[in-house]
Amino acid sequence: MLTKKNRAPRLWVTLIGICGLALLIYAADTFGLMDNYIRGIFIQCCFAIIMVTSLNLVMGYLGQIALGHAGFMAVGAYTSALVTKAIGLGIKAGTIAAIPPLAQFFIGMLCGALAAALFGLIVGIPALRLRGDYLAIITLGFGEIIRVIIQNLPFAGGKGLSSGQAGQALIGIMKMNDIYVIFLVTVVCVGVMLAFVRSKFGRAIIAIREDDIASSCAGLNTTYYKVLTFTVSAFFAGIAGAIYAHRGLGTLQHTDFTFMKSTEYVIMVVLGGMGSMTGSVLTAILLSVIPEALRAFSQYRMLIYSVILVLMMIFRPIGLFGNYEFSLYQTLMKRIRKKKVQPDQTATKGDT
Amino acid sequence: MNGLTLFFQQIINGLRVGSVYALIALGYTMVYGIIRLINFAHGDFIMVGAYTLFFTVPLMIAAGMPAWLAVVAAVLVCALTGVLVEKLAYSPVRARGNNMSALITAIAMSLFLENLAQTLFGASPKQVKTIFDLPMVFGISGNTLLTITIGIVVMVGLSLFVKYTRSGQAMRAVSEDKNASLLMGINVNRTITLTFAIGSGLAAIASLMYVAQYNQVTNMMGSMLGLKAFVAAVLGGIGIIPGAMLGGIVIGIIESLSKAYIAPLTGGLITSAFSDAIVFSILIVVLLVKPVGILGKNTGEKV
Amino acid sequence: MPESILRANQLGISFGGLKAVRNFEIDIKEGELVGLIGPNGAGKTTVFNLFTGVYKPTEGKFYLGKQLMNGKKTHEIVAAGIARTFQNIRLFKHMTVMENVLIAFTKDMKYNLTSAVFRTAAFAREEEEIREKALDLLSVFHLEDKADWNAGNLPYGQQRKLEIARALATSAKMLLLDEPAAGMNPTETAELLDCINTIRRKFNISILLIEHDMSLVMNVCERIIVIDYGEIIAQGLPEEISHNPKVIAAYLGE
Repeated sequence: MLTKKNRAPRLWVTLIGICGLALLIYAADTFGLMDNYIRGIFIQCCFAIIMVTSLNLVMGYLGQIALGHAGFMAVGAYTSALVTKAIGLGIKAGTIAAIPPLAQFFIGMLCGALAAALFGLIVGIPALRLRGDYLAIITLGFGEIIRVIIQNLPFAGGKGLSSGQAGQALIGIMKMNDIYVIFLVTVVCVGVMLAFVRSKFGRAIIAIREDDIASSCAGLNTTYYKVLTFTVSAFFAGIAGAIYAHRGLGTLQHTDFTFMKSTEYVIMVVLGGMGSMTGSVLTAILLSVIPEALRAFSQYRMLIYSVILVLMMIFRPIGLFGNYEFSLYQTLMKRIRKKKVQPDQTATKGDT
Repeated sequence: MNGLTLFFQQIINGLRVGSVYALIALGYTMVYGIIRLINFAHGDFIMVGAYTLFFTVPLMIAAGMPAWLAVVAAVLVCALTGVLVEKLAYSPVRARGNNMSALITAIAMSLFLENLAQTLFGASPKQVKTIFDLPMVFGISGNTLLTITIGIVVMVGLSLFVKYTRSGQAMRAVSEDKNASLLMGINVNRTITLTFAIGSGLAAIASLMYVAQYNQVTNMMGSMLGLKAFVAAVLGGIGIIPGAMLGGIVIGIIESLSKAYIAPLTGGLITSAFSDAIVFSILIVVLLVKPVGILGKNTGEKV
Repeated sequence: MPESILRANQLGISFGGLKAVRNFEIDIKEGELVGLIGPNGAGKTTVFNLFTGVYKPTEGKFYLGKQLMNGKKTHEIVAAGIARTFQNIRLFKHMTVMENVLIAFTKDMKYNLTSAVFRTAAFAREEEEIREKALDLLSVFHLEDKADWNAGNLPYGQQRKLEIARALATSAKMLLLDEPAAGMNPTETAELLDCINTIRRKFNISILLIEHDMSLVMNVCERIIVIDYGEIIAQGLPEEISHNPKVIAAYLGE
């Protein structure tokens, strides 16, 4: 628990932890482990992490099944791609000052995230009035509607914007596959979500999940917290979408964001443990890497997932990690405390 | 063909599509009524039925029997699938988990069936031989008339079953109050199993009607069909049998009309691909305006 | 003259054709403890649901102080100063005792999303302060050493106390207790009585109490309102009520 005293040490530990991870990546890069293929997987892990953790906010903490998360990713992907395209065209035409690609990406990403958040608001306000089953279906419906709309937008296909054609793949998207940048974005996203969860906001939505009526009778504006969480979740899905759009292939198609995709992320959240960010991060990595490693079995992938999912629901519904949350600070503190106790213990043992 | 004839044709189309949706919706509504679960896998039971037909229709024809008798096999296979899914997946999860786990299990079963079919039969569509070769009646295809007729017969039959037979009444009782039914000596587990069997069996009949019209079977065919039928069930009032029938017909007609008229009406801005989105929009509107559906009654939560 | 805290005028609600509550009138002054009794199904909890915005009245009005409360949402009513407990204890069973109380403080917490995300000094300060506040409140109920227990693991009597603590944490002026002694043995009921007296002393809060346990009611209520079939059939001092023939008839089903 954060106090005035441990606030500084905790922040330092977090910072050092992140630098440590960055160093690992740098080492891998320097030793030539980071070829294009591995980079691709790395980036895939990153946007999967952001998607799964953001979905966990709604599914694990708020306790609602959302089946349209890929729709928000799509909004983020297309918006960011079109914005970076527009900037690119503007620079070429001389109407915009030449800004570095990194800045272009960040502007696009921010626009994508905000657009996704807006859709999160639009979907959330009606959807969150409903209960469980209905909420699930309505989010599915919205996800499909978003996809169909994108499919039919002339400026979102072909070369995009004014030279676009409905139904075609969007091509010619700029590339942003700098792993350090993507890593930083991912870390920041997960960090923000963790901070959200370990605050009055996280407590509020967990309480709402447990008992909606008791929560409002304890003074919580349940609609506000539900919609806020949904919007925040959509915001991050938008960021993931932006990363996805600029990962290097240079194309986007509406078929990248079907109900199947939403379901894959739902599976990752459930397996990792609804209510555990740690579980979400690890499962996202695992289920991005393993299918690549086991390419030979890719046709059986969804079949295996579905069986595992059913088995988990029967035997371990809380998921692999349940509620567990890894904290570098707490792990270190435990170690330090153990070391402090050791000398006394050996002394008493010697006495007997 | 003048405008009125075209309109009439679309209505008839809508009735045909709607009958299929109604049959599927009945399965959804019956299961939801009895265990408060949206059986995501229900649409995929149709796929199971369709694949069964793909294999058994040629057998029937080879044996010199009418092709449509293959539906008997389909009904059996579908009913069996439904019962297995219930016993192996839904029942254990219901015993141990909460509503969320149950819904996730349903989604997982749907994925399982779709991918199992893909693994076993491949992803490319399979053609089924023509099942019905019926003449046109008053300019309407015989197939269409048959579909609508079968729909009506099944709906009437089911209503009578639920109203007058002991098993049917048991189903209604368990839907209303599971605990009271237990205390009244009703075998709740057997009733649930029977509900699944009948609901899945209906899906098989729906698959017959669908395959007779479109001749194609793929592993993903159940997914969209199922979703639209679910919208139909919600529209009419989930858990209410007449509601499923009403909802199915309405959705069928709306889909048919929107496919035909939306493009010309909006000057090509909205294409017929939007008809799916329109069906989903109906769902959203219903859930926001009157979530209990057209025929549903409101019962608030007791605090 | 002490001011009116909770006032209702001809308050009522119909469900379809059924009038669940009609013509409900009440005037609770500052610091008063009023009992609401009646046979099962008389509409007592319905009255509570009306006062907390769970149901919207179809007739009449009710006020908290001078503010009209009709049509307000539950959390708005709670913010204005009415809090309640439930017949079947509705704690957040998987959250800790401390967290249950913290939830009730949430509406008064000032830090926003940005402060939380950036872990500002203000955020850390406020989190620490509300935890101290929570411990103070819990100590009134002798629950402070169980602050890290999961609420669901507390013994029944203490769960009830925690629920009351949570309601008080909303800084309520008007506390609605719905059958707090339900399911309690005599020892627990005596503790509850003690608890109610303590909070009256410490917090100067008005209480409306639904209860079936007559010993508790007679012991602690200053006056009693009796309802049956949704309407008030008697009100007055405990001794008067216990001898009122209409009340006796209602309970014995004459």
